[in-house]
Amino acid sequence: MSLLDTPLWEVVKGSFAAEVWDKIAPAVFETLYMTAIASLITLVFGLALGILLTVTNPDGLLPLKMFYNLSGWLINILRSLPQMVMIILMIPVARVLFGKSYGTNPCMVAIAACCIPMYARIVESSILEISKGKIEAAKSMGSTNTQIIVRVLLPETLPSLIRGFTVAIIAVLSMTALAGMFGAGGVGDIAVRFGYQRFQHDVLFAAVYVLIALVQIIQFCGNFASKRIIKKRNLI
Amino acid sequence: MSDVVLEVSGVSRTYYDDKKNAVEALRDIGLTVSRGEFVTFIGSSGCGKTTLLRLIAGLDEPQSGKLLLYGMEISGANPNRGYVVQQGGLFPWLSVWDNIAYGLKVRGQYRKHKADVAKYVRLIGLEGFEKSFPHQISGGMAQRVAIARALINEPELLLLDEPMGALDSFTRADIQDKLLELHRESGATMLLVTHDVDEAIFLSDRIFIMTPRPGKIKHILRVSIPHPRHRGGVDFFSLRRDILEQLELASAMPQPEYKI
Ligand SMILES: Nc1ncnc2c1ncn2[C@@H]1O[C@H](COP(=O)(O)OP(=O)(O)O)[C@@H](O)[C@H]1O
Ligand SMILES: [Mg+2]
Repeated sequence: MSLLDTPLWEVVKGSFAAEVWDKIAPAVFETLYMTAIASLITLVFGLALGILLTVTNPDGLLPLKMFYNLSGWLINILRSLPQMVMIILMIPVARVLFGKSYGTNPCMVAIAACCIPMYARIVESSILEISKGKIEAAKSMGSTNTQIIVRVLLPETLPSLIRGFTVAIIAVLSMTALAGMFGAGGVGDIAVRFGYQRFQHDVLFAAVYVLIALVQIIQFCGNFASKRIIKKRNLI
Repeated sequence: MSDVVLEVSGVSRTYYDDKKNAVEALRDIGLTVSRGEFVTFIGSSGCGKTTLLRLIAGLDEPQSGKLLLYGMEISGANPNRGYVVQQGGLFPWLSVWDNIAYGLKVRGQYRKHKADVAKYVRLIGLEGFEKSFPHQISGGMAQRVAIARALINEPELLLLDEPMGALDSFTRADIQDKLLELHRESGATMLLVTHDVDEAIFLSDRIFIMTPRPGKIKHILRVSIPHPRHRGGVDFFSLRRDILEQLELASAMPQPEYKI
Protein backbone atom coordinates (compact mmCIF):
# COMPACT_ATOMS: atom_id res chain seq x y z
CA MET A 1 0.00 0.00 0.00
CA SER A 2 1.24 3.46 -0.82
CA LEU A 3 0.18 6.84 0.49
CA LEU A 4 0.23 7.97 -3.15
CA ASP A 5 -2.95 6.08 -3.98
CA THR A 6 -4.42 5.04 -0.62
CA PRO A 7 -5.81 7.25 2.15
CA LEU A 8 -3.70 7.54 5.31
CA TRP A 9 -6.21 5.65 7.41
CA GLU A 10 -6.19 2.67 5.07
CA VAL A 11 -2.39 2.56 5.10
CA VAL A 12 -2.34 2.67 8.90
CA LYS A 13 -4.87 -0.16 9.02
CA GLY A 14 -2.88 -2.10 6.42
CA SER A 15 0.31 -1.71 8.44
CA PHE A 16 -1.12 -4.11 11.02
CA ALA A 17 -1.79 -6.82 8.46
CA ALA A 18 -0.18 -10.22 8.98
CA GLU A 19 1.71 -10.29 5.68
CA VAL A 20 3.37 -6.98 6.51
CA TRP A 21 4.62 -8.38 9.81
CA ASP A 22 5.77 -11.55 8.12
CA LYS A 23 8.04 -9.38 5.99
CA ILE A 24 9.29 -7.43 8.99
CA ALA A 25 9.81 -10.20 11.56
CA PRO A 26 13.22 -11.41 10.30
CA ALA A 27 14.40 -7.82 10.09
CA VAL A 28 13.34 -7.20 13.69
CA PHE A 29 15.45 -10.12 14.80
CA GLU A 30 18.38 -8.81 12.79
CA THR A 31 18.00 -5.43 14.47
CA LEU A 32 17.79 -7.02 17.90
CA TYR A 33 20.86 -9.10 17.17
CA MET A 34 22.88 -6.14 15.94
CA THR A 35 21.76 -3.94 18.80
CA ALA A 36 22.54 -6.58 21.42
CA ILE A 37 26.01 -7.38 20.12
CA ALA A 38 26.98 -3.77 19.40
CA SER A 39 25.66 -2.68 22.82
CA LEU A 40 27.67 -5.37 24.54
CA ILE A 41 30.82 -4.30 22.70
CA THR A 42 30.06 -0.69 23.58
CA LEU A 43 29.52 -1.58 27.23
CA VAL A 44 32.74 -3.56 27.62
CA PHE A 45 35.07 -1.26 25.73
CA GLY A 46 33.33 1.99 26.66
CA LEU A 47 33.45 1.10 30.34
CA ALA A 48 37.08 0.07 30.15
CA LEU A 49 38.08 3.19 28.25
CA GLY A 50 36.05 5.44 30.57
CA ILE A 51 37.69 3.93 33.63
CA LEU A 52 41.14 4.22 32.06
CA LEU A 53 40.45 7.88 31.31
CA THR A 54 39.51 8.67 34.93
CA VAL A 55 42.34 6.64 36.39
CA THR A 56 45.01 8.22 34.19
CA ASN A 57 43.59 11.73 34.69
CA PRO A 58 46.23 14.09 36.15
CA ASP A 59 44.16 14.07 39.39
CA GLY A 60 43.39 10.35 39.14
CA LEU A 61 44.59 7.24 40.91
CA LEU A 62 47.44 6.61 38.48
CA PRO A 63 48.21 9.77 36.51
CA LEU A 64 49.55 8.98 33.06
CA LYS A 65 49.52 12.21 31.16
CA MET A 66 50.60 10.80 27.81
CA PHE A 67 47.97 8.07 27.74
CA TYR A 68 45.28 10.40 29.04
CA ASN A 69 45.93 13.06 26.42
CA LEU A 70 46.29 10.56 23.60
CA SER A 71 43.08 8.67 24.34
CA GLY A 72 41.20 11.91 24.96
CA TRP A 73 42.38 13.15 21.58
CA LEU A 74 41.39 9.90 19.84
CA ILE A 75 37.95 9.94 21.44
CA ASN A 76 37.36 13.51 20.34
CA ILE A 77 38.30 12.65 16.76
CA LEU A 78 35.98 9.65 16.67
CA ARG A 79 33.20 11.68 18.26
CA SER A 80 33.48 14.46 15.72
CA LEU A 81 32.58 12.13 12.82
CA PRO A 82 28.86 11.94 11.99
CA GLN A 83 27.42 8.44 12.15
CA MET A 84 26.96 8.10 8.40
CA VAL A 85 30.49 9.25 7.65
CA MET A 86 31.74 6.70 10.14
CA ILE A 87 29.85 3.90 8.39
CA ILE A 88 31.23 4.88 5.01
CA LEU A 89 34.71 5.21 6.47
CA MET A 90 34.49 1.76 8.02
CA ILE A 91 33.63 0.01 4.77
CA PRO A 92 37.29 -0.32 3.67
CA VAL A 93 38.33 -1.08 7.26
CA ALA A 94 35.78 -3.89 7.40
CA ARG A 95 37.10 -5.29 4.16
CA VAL A 96 40.48 -5.65 5.84
CA LEU A 97 38.99 -7.14 9.02
CA PHE A 98 36.27 -9.42 7.68
CA GLY A 99 37.21 -9.83 4.04
CA LYS A 100 33.97 -8.20 2.90
CA SER A 101 32.63 -4.71 3.19
CA TYR A 102 28.96 -5.55 3.11
CA GLY A 103 26.61 -7.00 5.73
CA THR A 104 25.98 -6.99 9.44
CA ASN A 105 29.45 -7.43 10.93
CA PRO A 106 31.16 -4.57 9.09
CA CYS A 107 28.43 -2.22 10.18
CA MET A 108 28.92 -3.30 13.74
CA VAL A 109 32.51 -2.07 13.55
CA ALA A 110 31.22 1.35 12.58
CA ILE A 111 28.62 1.29 15.35
CA ALA A 112 31.24 0.39 17.92
CA ALA A 113 33.59 3.09 16.64
CA CYS A 114 30.83 5.65 17.17
CA CYS A 115 29.29 4.45 20.42
CA ILE A 116 32.33 3.34 22.42
CA PRO A 117 33.81 6.87 22.64
CA MET A 118 30.40 8.25 23.54
CA TYR A 119 29.85 5.78 26.37
CA ALA A 120 33.45 6.22 27.54
CA ARG A 121 32.79 9.94 28.01
CA ILE A 122 29.58 9.21 29.92
CA VAL A 123 31.45 6.79 32.19
CA GLU A 124 34.25 9.30 32.69
CA SER A 125 31.94 12.14 33.70
CA SER A 126 30.00 9.90 36.12
CA ILE A 127 33.13 8.73 37.88
CA LEU A 128 34.60 12.23 38.07
CA GLU A 129 31.61 13.28 40.16
CA ILE A 130 32.45 10.94 43.03
CA SER A 131 33.48 12.83 46.13
CA LYS A 132 37.18 12.68 46.82
CA GLY A 133 36.45 11.89 50.46
CA LYS A 134 35.16 8.41 49.65
CA ILE A 135 38.17 7.56 47.53
CA GLU A 136 40.52 8.83 50.22
CA ALA A 137 38.68 6.86 52.90
CA ALA A 138 39.07 3.74 50.76
CA LYS A 139 42.77 4.48 50.29
CA SER A 140 43.38 4.94 53.99
CA MET A 141 41.72 1.58 54.70
CA GLY A 142 44.30 -0.16 52.56
CA SER A 143 42.57 -0.52 49.17
CA THR A 144 44.68 -1.07 46.10
CA ASN A 145 43.84 0.93 42.99
CA THR A 146 42.03 -2.04 41.47
CA GLN A 147 39.99 -2.44 44.64
CA ILE A 148 39.09 1.24 44.56
CA ILE A 149 37.82 0.83 40.99
CA VAL A 150 35.87 -2.35 41.65
CA ARG A 151 34.65 -1.70 45.18
CA VAL A 152 34.16 2.07 45.19
CA LEU A 153 34.06 3.75 41.79
CA LEU A 154 31.80 1.21 40.04
CA PRO A 155 29.23 0.62 42.83
CA GLU A 156 29.08 4.35 43.57
CA THR A 157 28.36 5.27 39.96
CA LEU A 158 26.23 2.25 39.07
CA PRO A 159 22.95 4.18 38.71
CA SER A 160 24.45 6.75 36.36
CA LEU A 161 26.38 4.07 34.48
CA ILE A 162 23.08 2.32 33.83
CA ARG A 163 21.36 5.50 32.74
CA GLY A 164 24.29 6.29 30.46
CA PHE A 165 24.19 2.79 29.03
CA THR A 166 20.51 3.26 28.23
CA VAL A 167 21.41 6.33 26.19
CA ALA A 168 24.15 4.31 24.48
CA ILE A 169 21.83 1.40 23.57
CA ILE A 170 19.37 3.81 21.99
CA ALA A 171 22.19 5.42 20.02
CA VAL A 172 23.28 1.95 18.89
CA LEU A 173 19.72 1.13 17.84
CA SER A 174 19.34 4.29 15.81
CA MET A 175 22.66 3.62 14.17
CA THR A 176 21.66 0.07 13.22
CA ALA A 177 18.74 1.61 11.35
CA LEU A 178 21.13 3.87 9.50
CA ALA A 179 23.46 0.98 8.84
CA GLY A 180 20.52 -0.79 7.19
CA MET A 181 21.03 1.56 4.26
CA PHE A 182 24.50 0.10 3.79
CA GLY A 183 23.55 -3.53 3.69
CA ALA A 184 23.42 -4.31 7.37
CA GLY A 185 19.84 -5.56 7.17
CA GLY A 186 17.38 -5.01 9.97
CA VAL A 187 14.49 -2.61 10.35
CA GLY A 188 16.41 0.24 8.74
CA ASP A 189 16.94 -1.82 5.62
CA ILE A 190 13.19 -2.58 5.51
CA ALA A 191 12.37 1.10 5.80
CA VAL A 192 14.64 1.95 2.87
CA ARG A 193 13.72 -0.95 0.61
CA PHE A 194 9.96 -0.93 1.10
CA GLY A 195 9.20 2.55 2.38
CA TYR A 196 11.55 4.52 0.15
CA GLN A 197 12.20 2.49 -2.96
CA ARG A 198 8.84 0.70 -3.40
CA PHE A 199 6.47 3.13 -1.74
CA GLN A 200 5.04 0.38 0.48
CA HIS A 201 4.19 2.77 3.25
CA ASP A 202 2.35 0.20 5.34
CA VAL A 203 5.63 -1.69 5.77
CA LEU A 204 7.41 1.58 6.58
CA PHE A 205 4.84 2.34 9.27
CA ALA A 206 5.26 -1.07 10.82
CA ALA A 207 9.03 -0.51 10.93
CA VAL A 208 8.42 2.78 12.71
CA TYR A 209 6.23 1.08 15.34
CA VAL A 210 8.96 -1.44 16.03
CA LEU A 211 11.59 1.25 16.55
CA ILE A 212 9.33 3.30 18.82
CA ALA A 213 8.44 0.24 20.89
CA LEU A 214 12.10 -0.81 21.21
CA VAL A 215 13.23 2.61 22.40
CA GLN A 216 10.39 2.73 24.94
CA ILE A 217 11.25 -0.70 26.30
CA ILE A 218 14.98 0.08 26.55
CA GLN A 219 14.32 3.40 28.27
CA PHE A 220 11.85 1.83 30.67
CA CYS A 221 14.25 -0.95 31.67
CA GLY A 222 17.12 1.51 32.15
CA ASN A 223 15.06 3.86 34.29
CA PHE A 224 13.64 0.99 36.30
CA ALA A 225 17.05 -0.48 37.09
CA SER A 226 18.74 2.77 38.04
CA LYS A 227 15.75 3.94 40.10
CA ARG A 228 15.71 0.71 42.05
CA ILE A 229 19.34 1.12 43.04
CA ILE A 230 18.91 4.77 43.90
CA LYS A 231 15.88 3.98 46.00
CA LYS A 232 17.69 1.24 47.83
CA ARG A 233 20.33 3.78 48.79
CA ASN A 234 17.67 6.39 49.42
CA LEU A 235 19.40 8.97 47.30
CA ILE A 236 16.12 10.48 46.11
CA MET B 1 59.25 11.88 75.85
CA SER B 2 59.28 8.13 75.46
CA ASP B 3 57.62 6.11 72.75
CA VAL B 4 57.26 8.75 70.09
CA VAL B 5 54.73 7.60 67.47
CA LEU B 6 54.65 10.62 65.22
CA GLU B 7 57.35 13.14 64.56
CA VAL B 8 56.71 16.10 62.31
CA SER B 9 59.54 18.53 61.63
CA GLY B 10 59.84 21.60 59.46
CA VAL B 11 56.77 20.74 57.41
CA SER B 12 55.51 23.37 54.98
CA ARG B 13 52.74 23.11 52.44
CA THR B 14 51.82 25.88 50.03
CA TYR B 15 48.88 25.69 47.64
CA TYR B 16 48.57 27.62 44.44
CA ASP B 17 45.12 28.74 43.37
CA ASP B 18 43.89 29.23 39.79
CA LYS B 19 45.55 32.63 39.53
CA LYS B 20 48.85 31.19 40.81
CA ASN B 21 48.51 33.02 44.10
CA ALA B 22 50.35 31.20 46.84
CA VAL B 23 48.39 30.15 49.93
CA GLU B 24 50.72 29.13 52.71
CA ALA B 25 48.54 26.48 54.36
CA LEU B 26 51.32 25.33 56.71
CA ARG B 27 54.68 26.89 57.55
CA ASP B 28 57.43 25.08 59.40
CA ILE B 29 55.30 22.78 61.53
CA GLY B 30 57.07 20.73 64.15
CA LEU B 31 55.51 18.43 66.72
CA THR B 32 55.77 15.02 68.29
CA VAL B 33 53.01 12.77 69.55
CA SER B 34 53.57 9.94 72.00
CA ARG B 35 52.01 6.54 71.96
CA GLY B 36 48.46 6.44 73.28
CA GLU B 37 48.14 10.19 73.44
CA PHE B 38 44.97 12.07 72.55
CA VAL B 39 45.87 15.39 70.94
CA THR B 40 43.65 18.05 69.46
CA PHE B 41 44.32 20.71 66.85
CA ILE B 42 42.19 23.78 67.28
CA GLY B 43 42.09 27.00 65.31
CA SER B 44 39.94 29.10 63.06
CA SER B 45 38.88 27.92 59.66
CA GLY B 46 41.70 27.98 57.11
CA CYS B 47 44.62 27.60 59.49
CA GLY B 48 45.73 24.38 57.86
CA LYS B 49 44.27 21.74 60.19
CA THR B 50 42.91 19.58 57.39
CA THR B 51 46.09 20.06 55.39
CA LEU B 52 48.17 18.82 58.32
CA LEU B 53 45.95 15.79 58.89
CA ARG B 54 46.00 14.87 55.20
CA LEU B 55 49.80 15.04 55.22
CA ILE B 56 49.92 12.69 58.20
CA ALA B 57 47.41 10.41 56.48
CA GLY B 58 49.71 10.28 53.46
CA LEU B 59 47.07 11.69 51.13
CA ASP B 60 49.21 14.72 50.32
CA GLU B 61 52.91 15.56 50.35
CA PRO B 62 54.70 18.52 51.94
CA GLN B 63 56.99 20.80 49.95
CA SER B 64 59.55 20.60 52.69
CA GLY B 65 60.05 18.90 56.01
CA LYS B 66 59.61 15.38 57.28
CA LEU B 67 56.80 13.29 58.70
CA LEU B 68 57.92 10.17 60.55
CA LEU B 69 55.80 7.37 61.94
CA TYR B 70 57.90 5.34 64.35
CA GLY B 71 60.94 6.84 62.65
CA MET B 72 59.84 5.74 59.17
CA GLU B 73 59.00 8.37 56.59
CA ILE B 74 55.30 8.55 55.75
CA SER B 75 54.59 8.07 52.07
CA GLY B 76 51.14 7.29 50.73
CA ALA B 77 48.01 6.22 52.57
CA ASN B 78 48.15 3.15 54.77
CA PRO B 79 45.65 1.44 57.06
CA ASN B 80 48.02 2.02 59.96
CA ARG B 81 46.78 5.60 59.84
CA GLY B 82 42.98 5.67 60.01
CA TYR B 83 41.36 8.79 58.59
CA VAL B 84 37.83 9.93 59.44
CA VAL B 85 36.26 12.96 57.75
CA GLN B 86 33.44 15.25 58.74
CA GLN B 87 30.62 13.79 56.68
CA GLY B 88 29.73 11.49 53.84
CA GLY B 89 32.69 9.18 54.18
CA LEU B 90 30.57 6.03 54.47
CA PHE B 91 29.79 3.93 51.41
CA PRO B 92 26.02 4.28 50.82
CA TRP B 93 25.80 0.96 48.93
CA LEU B 94 27.17 -1.04 51.87
CA SER B 95 25.39 -1.93 55.10
CA VAL B 96 26.76 -0.89 58.50
CA TRP B 97 28.36 -4.32 58.82
CA ASP B 98 29.95 -4.21 55.37
CA ASN B 99 31.17 -0.65 55.88
CA ILE B 100 32.96 -1.69 59.06
CA ALA B 101 34.27 -4.87 57.42
CA TYR B 102 35.57 -3.00 54.36
CA GLY B 103 39.16 -2.65 55.56
CA LEU B 104 39.37 -6.34 56.53
CA LYS B 105 37.94 -7.39 53.18
CA VAL B 106 40.31 -5.40 51.01
CA ARG B 107 43.26 -6.75 52.95
CA GLY B 108 41.97 -10.32 52.82
CA GLN B 109 41.57 -10.53 56.59
CA TYR B 110 37.81 -10.82 56.76
CA ARG B 111 37.49 -14.59 57.27
CA LYS B 112 40.03 -14.60 60.04
CA HIS B 113 38.78 -11.51 61.85
CA LYS B 114 35.04 -11.65 61.32
CA ALA B 115 34.57 -11.52 65.08
CA ASP B 116 36.23 -8.10 65.12
CA VAL B 117 33.37 -6.66 63.10
CA ALA B 118 30.89 -7.85 65.71
CA LYS B 119 33.15 -6.46 68.42
CA TYR B 120 33.23 -3.00 66.88
CA VAL B 121 29.50 -3.02 66.19
CA ARG B 122 29.06 -3.67 69.90
CA LEU B 123 31.66 -1.10 70.95
CA ILE B 124 29.90 1.66 69.06
CA GLY B 125 26.53 0.53 70.37
CA LEU B 126 24.97 -0.34 67.01
CA GLU B 127 23.87 -3.92 67.66
CA GLY B 128 20.72 -4.57 65.70
CA PHE B 129 21.70 -2.08 62.99
CA GLU B 130 24.23 -4.31 61.22
CA LYS B 131 22.02 -4.68 58.15
CA SER B 132 20.95 -1.04 57.99
CA PHE B 133 22.27 1.21 55.26
CA PRO B 134 23.92 4.56 56.02
CA HIS B 135 20.81 6.53 55.08
CA GLN B 136 18.74 4.54 57.57
CA ILE B 137 20.75 5.58 60.62
CA SER B 138 21.24 8.97 62.27
CA GLY B 139 24.19 11.26 61.61
CA GLY B 140 25.66 10.42 64.99
CA MET B 141 25.43 6.69 64.36
CA ALA B 142 26.98 7.17 60.92
CA GLN B 143 29.99 8.90 62.44
CA ARG B 144 30.38 6.09 64.96
CA VAL B 145 30.42 3.65 62.06
CA ALA B 146 33.04 5.79 60.31
CA ILE B 147 35.23 5.70 63.44
CA ALA B 148 34.77 1.93 63.88
CA ARG B 149 35.57 1.40 60.19
CA ALA B 150 38.95 3.07 60.70
CA LEU B 151 39.68 1.45 64.09
CA ILE B 152 39.10 -2.10 62.88
CA ASN B 153 42.38 -1.84 60.95
CA GLU B 154 44.09 -1.33 64.33
CA PRO B 155 45.82 1.87 63.23
CA GLU B 156 48.79 3.36 65.06
CA LEU B 157 47.15 6.73 64.56
CA LEU B 158 43.50 7.64 64.26
CA LEU B 159 43.12 10.94 62.43
CA LEU B 160 39.77 12.63 62.99
CA ASP B 161 38.95 15.72 60.93
CA GLU B 162 36.04 17.43 62.66
CA PRO B 163 34.13 14.15 62.88
CA MET B 164 31.48 15.81 65.01
CA GLY B 165 31.32 19.10 63.13
CA ALA B 166 27.93 18.39 61.58
CA LEU B 167 26.22 16.99 64.66
CA ASP B 168 23.97 18.60 67.26
CA SER B 169 25.41 19.13 70.72
CA PHE B 170 23.67 16.16 72.38
CA THR B 171 24.90 13.71 69.77
CA ARG B 172 28.29 15.35 69.94
CA ALA B 173 28.60 14.80 73.69
CA ASP B 174 27.54 11.20 73.16
CA ILE B 175 30.24 10.62 70.55
CA GLN B 176 32.84 12.35 72.68
CA ASP B 177 32.15 9.83 75.46
CA LYS B 178 32.30 7.03 72.92
CA LEU B 179 35.59 8.31 71.55
CA LEU B 180 37.19 8.29 75.00
CA GLU B 181 35.94 4.77 75.54
CA LEU B 182 37.36 3.66 72.19
CA HIS B 183 40.61 5.42 73.00
CA ARG B 184 40.90 3.45 76.23
CA GLU B 185 39.85 0.17 74.60
CA SER B 186 41.99 0.32 71.48
CA GLY B 187 44.99 2.15 72.87
CA ALA B 188 45.25 3.97 69.53
CA THR B 189 46.92 7.35 69.41
CA MET B 190 44.30 9.87 68.38
CA LEU B 191 44.67 13.19 66.58
CA LEU B 192 41.52 15.24 66.43
CA VAL B 193 40.78 18.43 64.53
CA THR B 194 38.03 20.55 66.01
CA HIS B 195 36.89 24.12 66.36
CA ASP B 196 35.04 23.40 69.58
CA VAL B 197 37.04 24.51 72.63
CA ASP B 198 35.02 22.40 75.09
CA GLU B 199 35.44 19.32 72.96
CA ALA B 200 39.20 19.85 72.90
CA ILE B 201 39.39 20.19 76.69
CA PHE B 202 37.08 17.28 77.33
CA LEU B 203 39.05 14.84 75.17
CA SER B 204 42.69 15.82 74.95
CA ASP B 205 45.91 15.23 76.75
CA ARG B 206 47.38 18.10 74.77
CA ILE B 207 45.88 20.87 72.69
CA PHE B 208 47.71 22.43 69.74
CA ILE B 209 46.45 25.93 69.08
CA MET B 210 46.92 26.95 65.46
CA THR B 211 46.82 30.32 63.71
CA PRO B 212 46.19 30.98 60.01
CA ARG B 213 48.06 32.66 57.16
CA PRO B 214 50.50 31.09 57.34
CA GLY B 215 49.25 28.06 59.29
CA LYS B 216 51.42 27.66 62.35
CA ILE B 217 51.25 26.06 65.76
CA LYS B 218 51.07 28.97 68.13
CA HIS B 219 50.84 27.27 71.46
CA ILE B 220 50.66 23.84 73.08
CA LEU B 221 48.55 23.33 76.17
CA ARG B 222 48.62 20.30 78.41
CA VAL B 223 45.29 19.28 79.93
CA SER B 224 45.93 17.55 83.21
CA ILE B 225 42.36 17.27 84.45
CA PRO B 226 41.87 13.59 85.36
CA HIS B 227 39.25 11.49 83.55
CA PRO B 228 36.29 11.32 83.82
CA ARG B 229 36.17 15.04 83.16
CA HIS B 230 33.23 17.15 84.15
CA ARG B 231 32.07 19.44 81.35
CA GLY B 232 31.00 22.06 83.90
CA GLY B 233 34.02 21.82 86.22
CA VAL B 234 35.96 24.85 87.48
CA ASP B 235 39.31 23.74 86.03
CA PHE B 236 37.47 23.29 82.75
CA PHE B 237 36.56 26.96 82.72
CA SER B 238 40.00 28.29 83.50
CA LEU B 239 41.46 26.25 80.66
CA ARG B 240 38.70 27.41 78.39
CA ARG B 241 39.60 30.99 79.15
CA ASP B 242 43.28 30.35 78.38
CA ILE B 243 42.44 28.80 75.04
CA LEU B 244 40.01 31.54 74.06
CA GLU B 245 42.66 34.11 74.86
CA GLN B 246 45.20 32.24 72.77
CA LEU B 247 42.70 32.16 69.93
CA GLU B 248 42.10 35.88 70.51
CA LEU B 249 38.43 35.24 70.92
CA ALA B 250 38.14 36.00 74.61
CA SER B 251 37.06 39.60 74.39
CA ALA B 252 34.75 39.07 71.45
CA MET B 253 32.88 36.38 73.39
CA PRO B 254 30.16 37.43 75.81
CA GLN B 255 30.99 36.59 79.39
CA PRO B 256 29.12 33.50 80.57
CA GLU B 257 26.09 34.41 82.61
CA TYR B 258 26.78 32.45 85.74
CA LYS B 259 26.23 33.61 89.28
CA ILE B 260 28.40 31.77 91.73
N1 LIG C 1 43.47 21.96 47.43
C1 LIG C 1 43.67 23.24 47.77
N2 LIG C 1 43.97 24.16 46.83
C2 LIG C 1 44.20 25.46 47.16
N3 LIG C 1 44.13 25.95 48.41
C3 LIG C 1 43.82 25.08 49.40
C4 LIG C 1 43.57 23.69 49.13
N4 LIG C 1 43.27 23.07 50.30
C5 LIG C 1 43.35 24.02 51.24
N5 LIG C 1 43.68 25.23 50.72
C6 LIG C 1 43.89 26.49 51.46
O1 LIG C 1 44.80 26.24 52.49
C7 LIG C 1 44.40 26.85 53.69
C8 LIG C 1 44.26 25.82 54.78
O2 LIG C 1 43.18 24.95 54.46
P1 LIG C 1 42.69 23.78 55.43
O3 LIG C 1 43.85 22.94 55.78
O4 LIG C 1 41.55 23.13 54.78
O5 LIG C 1 42.21 24.59 56.71
P2 LIG C 1 41.28 24.15 57.94
O6 LIG C 1 41.04 22.69 57.84
O7 LIG C 1 42.06 24.54 59.14
O8 LIG C 1 40.03 24.94 57.82
C9 LIG C 1 43.10 27.58 53.38
O9 LIG C 1 43.41 28.94 53.17
C10 LIG C 1 42.62 26.92 52.13
O10 LIG C 1 41.90 27.83 51.35
MG1 LIG D 1 39.23 21.60 57.71
